[in-house]
Amino acid sequence: MHIYANPARFLKIAKWLTPLLLVSGLVVTGAALLWGFTQVPPDRLMGDTVRILFVHVPTAWLGMGGWTAIAIASLVELVWRHPLAAIAARAVAVPGAVFTAICLATGSIWGRPTWGTWWVWDGRLTSMLVLLFLYFGYIALSSSLAREGQSSRIAAIFGLVGAINVPIINRSVVWWNSLHQPPSITTGGSAIDPVFLWPLLIATIGFSLLFGGVILARMRMILADIQAEARLRRRAQKADMESDMQAEGAVS
Amino acid sequence: MTESLDQMLFVYASYGVGVVGTLAMVVQSWFAMKAAEARRDRAKGQ
Repeated sequence: MHIYANPARFLKIAKWLTPLLLVSGLVVTGAALLWGFTQVPPDRLMGDTVRILFVHVPTAWLGMGGWTAIAIASLVELVWRHPLAAIAARAVAVPGAVFTAICLATGSIWGRPTWGTWWVWDGRLTSMLVLLFLYFGYIALSSSLAREGQSSRIAAIFGLVGAINVPIINRSVVWWNSLHQPPSITTGGSAIDPVFLWPLLIATIGFSLLFGGVILARMRMILADIQAEARLRRRAQKADMESDMQAEGAVS
Repeated sequence: MTESLDQMLFVYASYGVGVVGTLAMVVQSWFAMKAAEARRDRAKGQ
């Protein structure tokens, strides 16, 4: 794991991988959404609103996957003190929050023609909203700790504690009565017809590539900020030392 | 009482939210990264 602990080695890989993930993600996501929009027939029960799932489902998975990644990176930071783990966790937070917000918005838009309501306070929707607030809290906490130059261990503990919400979201439709349907894709197989399943899986791959590309871009941004700040601080210290020496020379 | 809704309007709205939100995030992240790397390189060159 510590092979990639060196920021210089990470940057060497991230330099070519970031545009590759972003461009391939844009192409694959665009193709999948176009396929879902133009080629997929209306569903027998949901009608045309089935097309919304090609945006809603991948963003929901990645919203939950994002917090799982934060929890894993936090654990790695706390246990192994991997230097890039805290940076990775901070980099995941914004795309995780954006995908969670898109999931909630598209779910609400889907609910109006399908359930007859924009929102219900049931287990799935409420726990997903809690996830969005957890992301906001994590972004505020980790940004303020970084700005103050303090240790990111408190943010890492927050990332680990917040992970309890991920299995709650996943099991909410099983544990409580909900308007939301139970899981359609499980380890036992899929209840979705292949005509809908394939564009859904390809859209998921496309959004995942974009998610990866954005995380790498944000890791590079955070690393560059840290490096610039360290250089400016070193220069300021050097200038202070030089002026002290000049003052001492003038006195003697 | 039943109401008749044009389902495609909801599909357009969902795609709009998904595409605009994702593209905005990608573009903002890319330019923020480029700006931060330019700041680092300027600090290196000074």
